[in-house]
Amino acid sequence: MSLLEIHDLKVCYGGIVALNGISFGVNEHEIVTLIGANGAGKSTTLRAIMGLIPITSGTILYNGERLHGLDTQKIVEKGIVLVPEGRRVFPNLTTLENLKLGAYLQDKKTVEPNLKRVYELFPRLKERHWQQAGTLSGGEQQMLAVGRALMANPKLIMMDEPSLGLAPLVVKEIFSIIKKINEDGVTVLLIEQNANVALKTANHGYVLETGTISMTGTGRELLENEAIRVAYLGKTR
Amino acid sequence: MRIKRNTILTLAVAVVLVGLLYWLSFNQAKNGMLVSILQKSAIFALVAVSMNLLNGFTGLFSLGQAGFMSIGAYTTAILLIPVKNLDGVYYMNGVSPFIRAVKVYLATLPDWFQAIYPFIALLLGALLAAIVAALVGIAVLRLKSDYLAIATLGMSEIIRAICSSPQMDKITNGSYGLNKIPNFPPLLGGLIPAMLTPFIVVAICITFIMLLIRSSYGRAFKAIREDEIAAEAMGISLVKHKAMSFVISSFFAALAGGLLAMYMRSIEAKTFSISLTYDILLIVVIGGIGSVSGSVLSAFLVTASKEWWLRFFDQPLNILGWQVPLFRTGFRMIIFSVLLMVVVLVYRRGLMGSNEFSWDRLLGRFKRKKLSEGGVK
Ligand SMILES: Nc1ncnc2c1ncn2[C@@H]1O[C@H](COP(=O)(O)OP(=O)(O)OP(=O)(O)O)[C@@H](O)[C@H]1O
Ligand SMILES: [Mg+2]
Repeated sequence: MSLLEIHDLKVCYGGIVALNGISFGVNEHEIVTLIGANGAGKSTTLRAIMGLIPITSGTILYNGERLHGLDTQKIVEKGIVLVPEGRRVFPNLTTLENLKLGAYLQDKKTVEPNLKRVYELFPRLKERHWQQAGTLSGGEQQMLAVGRALMANPKLIMMDEPSLGLAPLVVKEIFSIIKKINEDGVTVLLIEQNANVALKTANHGYVLETGTISMTGTGRELLENEAIRVAYLGKTR
Repeated sequence: MRIKRNTILTLAVAVVLVGLLYWLSFNQAKNGMLVSILQKSAIFALVAVSMNLLNGFTGLFSLGQAGFMSIGAYTTAILLIPVKNLDGVYYMNGVSPFIRAVKVYLATLPDWFQAIYPFIALLLGALLAAIVAALVGIAVLRLKSDYLAIATLGMSEIIRAICSSPQMDKITNGSYGLNKIPNFPPLLGGLIPAMLTPFIVVAICITFIMLLIRSSYGRAFKAIREDEIAAEAMGISLVKHKAMSFVISSFFAALAGGLLAMYMRSIEAKTFSISLTYDILLIVVIGGIGSVSGSVLSAFLVTASKEWWLRFFDQPLNILGWQVPLFRTGFRMIIFSVLLMVVVLVYRRGLMGSNEFSWDRLLGRFKRKKLSEGGVK
């Protein structure tokens, strides 16, 4: 049994079908990636799991318990957190305040040790703990978004395009930290446009195409698949 | 070292202020106007801070403050008008027998109860407003920005219409309003003179709001203001926190309304029209949206300049026998408006922006000035 199981999930925005019955699973302690073109429905999948949008039909199970229909608050309490697309840090609050907000539902006792761990992973955030988050650089904001999610003691962390708009060196740094987080025992569900890095990092991958899953396999299998190389890795035939 | 200096400075200022207020309370006769302006400023400071909690810290653009103030003012007034004055106040339509019966009964209770009764009245008014806010909030808090502003403004007008409607004659005295409301009560059995009561009540309330803003709830309010979706993804319940902010803000607005009733001694529905909300919004914006100390500072500055410093412009002015034409009643409001525009143009985000007062900042500014003067030499 997987940690997260999704069966025949369908989501519509008004009349528009965004997800047309997708099924996939995420095993505990794995890094799983969901790749796909713009508008394929990747962000929609994560929003549906977090309970931020209602689902039309299908089931979402976490540890065998149903997740769909629960309030986001309950879902966060179960140990699932989202690093949203576009970072979405709180711009007029300081770095430290942002981090503390990540721990909003957590026991006060866990704040200090978690803060220490986040500062170990991202020493930059410690240096800039007093700075308004809106004035941090793009890379620092992404680190803050990940750090903020880690403050919530996650068992499953879901990241929506963490490499968006970052320089190659920073992307490498972020991905090495994703691996570190995973080695600490956190399951990772990763969404990426940057299929190359994502598939190299992930144990499993799924390819989403306009609301349906078109391909699945291990990271390596997908990386070597000819169709994927053409569609997502920019290889010319 | 620095922290010690700041505490000493704060204590010193507090002692001076309290001393000044005490001195005023003993020389009230000669300083009637000053006392009255300071009291009014304090009351407006509380409403402004309550509005700032909602608009500045939670990001909910609400314009319902006057409505909630009227709930507090009417409740406090009805509860406090002495039984012997009831017939005089409700001379047109009479008073509801139920209200009279309750008040006659309450008047028979012992002295210690009479001493705290005015504060119970204030609290009941505030609680009633909080209940109304909770009910209204369910409906309107789903709205965003301008739409929320219109809805709360409408609600405020509905409350006012209800208060002045003929159906409420026996309770609110309809369009005649209420008078003979007793002034502020003394505190601690007369140990603290009545004149100081509003300052103490306001100080306690604002301290409470400050503590709330600094708590994790306050941080959640700010998160909602900054980014609703991200806040929700952190597990912050939007419905719960918005309602909480709305209810608490209305509670304190109504409490200030009750104080205003005691201050004015007579109220009518017109007192709580849209222009009152506008006055408060002005104070909040001038002080800085998202700054409690800014709202307090601005409440005192705006009230004092409107009621006192600019009075001069309303008097006819003679220079060497020539009467300056502009100096007539009403001219001060023109000067006031011009001053407002200047302040807004110079301080684009209000006097304090979204910062709180701090000694370091104030002293730092002097230091910088000195340095730059030195540089010129
Ligand atoms: N709030 C909304 N209302 C209507 N349609 C929406 C809404 N949000 C997303 N959609 C539509 O749903 C589809 C999937 O969107 P989604 O954001 O999940 O794509 P994505 O795979 O994350 O794309 P990208 O890689 O560009 O972020 C798109 O066609 C989009 O236009
Ligand atoms: Mg997306």
